[in-house]
Amino acid sequence: MKLHRLLLAPSLGTILIFMVLPIAITTLYSVLTPAQYGGVIWKPSAEAYIRLLFERDIFDDTLTFNTDYLQILGRSVLQAGVATLLCLIIGLPTAWFIATRPPGQKSLWLMLVTVPYWVNLLVRTIALLLILRDEGPINRALQSVGLIDGPLSLAYNNFAIGLGLVSSFLPFMILPLYAAIERFDFSLLEAAYDLHANRRKAFFAVVLPILRPGLIAGGLLVFIPGIGSYLAPDILGGGKTLMLGNLIGMQFQGSRNWPFGAALSTILMAVTLIALFIVARRAAREDA
Amino acid sequence: MRALAILLLTAAPAFAEGDLFIYTWGEYTPPDLVAKFEKEFGVKVHIDSYDSMETMIAKLRAGGAGYDIIVPGDATMQVLIAEGMVEKIDVFAMPNFANVDDKWREVYWDPKREYSAPWAWGSTAFAVDTAVVKGDYSSLAVLFAPADDVKGRINMLRDMNDVINMAERYLGIPRCSESPDEMKRVLELLETQKEWVKSYDSETKELLVSGEAVVSMSWNGYAMRARDEKPTIAYVYPKEGYTGWMDNVAVPKGAPHLDNAKAWVNFIMAPENAAMITNYARYSNGIKGSEAFVEPALAAAPEINPPADAPAPEFIPTCSPEATALIDKVWTKLMN
Repeated sequence: MKLHRLLLAPSLGTILIFMVLPIAITTLYSVLTPAQYGGVIWKPSAEAYIRLLFERDIFDDTLTFNTDYLQILGRSVLQAGVATLLCLIIGLPTAWFIATRPPGQKSLWLMLVTVPYWVNLLVRTIALLLILRDEGPINRALQSVGLIDGPLSLAYNNFAIGLGLVSSFLPFMILPLYAAIERFDFSLLEAAYDLHANRRKAFFAVVLPILRPGLIAGGLLVFIPGIGSYLAPDILGGGKTLMLGNLIGMQFQGSRNWPFGAALSTILMAVTLIALFIVARRAAREDA
Repeated sequence: MRALAILLLTAAPAFAEGDLFIYTWGEYTPPDLVAKFEKEFGVKVHIDSYDSMETMIAKLRAGGAGYDIIVPGDATMQVLIAEGMVEKIDVFAMPNFANVDDKWREVYWDPKREYSAPWAWGSTAFAVDTAVVKGDYSSLAVLFAPADDVKGRINMLRDMNDVINMAERYLGIPRCSESPDEMKRVLELLETQKEWVKSYDSETKELLVSGEAVVSMSWNGYAMRARDEKPTIAYVYPKEGYTGWMDNVAVPKGAPHLDNAKAWVNFIMAPENAAMITNYARYSNGIKGSEAFVEPALAAAPEINPPADAPAPEFIPTCSPEATALIDKVWTKLMN
């Protein structure tokens, strides 16, 4: 018994120091007062949370409703949601294909999925920018064969951000789906056909319920980092639109408002936790 | 265990005597300058680099970073002095201070030069590709009321202060404005301009050289590097004015090797040593007589020699919290 506890110590210690402690500091900072040149003054304040929804008039201190930050939150959720959907559309057939290969080939295909991820995310994101932009190979090629006159605006917009998110997070969708499909007993499908189910019916009534855990895991693994992503909007968006991650970064740099940055991080964590909680509850209920 | 601790405590100063820990921007400290200092003073120099003033301040605030030398920009220098985070080392009394150019002696961030010595200075304005931008390009109108073939090919720095300062100059509004009405006009101008902006990116050299941008905000040193690779790039000193900045050498409070740090500060104010900084980092230094040691092509470069009719660079202190809040608001709305 004692030895068992000791074995847990390294992982518990790691979680305590690198997860619980930073979250506690972030939450604490979010209810303090910003210092003039960055940092915090140890004086409690709810200003950071008020500011999220209301704008304080600098002359008479009245509060008016302000949707700027909600819009940024909404855009982050939307971008992450679209990226998750696209990952699903691309990832499901890919995972199905890999899971239905002969045993000897599967590991090769899985390795191919991970190959691009041997390269650092920053490098990959910049590479994608170089490919997409006006002087990049896509526009050069299209122009040289005469399909377009001027370059297409592929980089520095929401399309580029979405593409960046999909290419960053696709394996996080493919791998859990693959694990789910791999375990799928294909004789169930034959049974469904025997019972006169058509392909559509068999997919929705038999395959999809069994894939649910994989779909949920993949969806969360893409959606959650997608909401807080920093690099794709920063580099591929050309810094022209803010997502939540960039807004948070800004508060710790030029804006010098650490409590507001901490409050945004806390809210991002809260939204994520609530989403996880709802998914877990629903999954538990359906299993029961 | 205790014996080990005592051994470590007593051994540390002896080991540390011959060291100097420098915390500065990347690719900013000439290796030959470091080698010369090490040879002359028998000191081993260690260099760490930061990517932003915020990173540097955060590390100093956390305490115990163990650095002897930092290289803050002008506005940051003022903050560090106000917050008591740097050692008073009386730079003005050092032997080599006589070499410091008069215009860098009484500066707003360190009026008596008690804390800091000049390292390098430059300006933030914009550069154009003269193969595309024809005619008179001496005004900020190139960026804010662009010609048709420039629209969509403009890059702005990803720095809210630099972008907003530039917009304020175009509108004739003072820097660090605390007037919501004035800042509203700044926002309107920037929102109109955003239609024509390709990106807000600090990799200006790369964007200009690749042709992605034909007009880009830029630092003078970066514009020079761009011109090295693409001769049609020209750095512009706009008639409405532009931002100047100076990086300074200072000693953080509690530096473990104070004497070595002071030796470094004095050392870099010698003309032949300051010239090495310019040759390497490609920015002007603030030392008289260093011109003689600067590479001739560099000494004559338009990027570090403003034309006679160019306005003087404007050095901008950190804005008040009220002005910063407005700047933040404008930028957030612009990016929405």
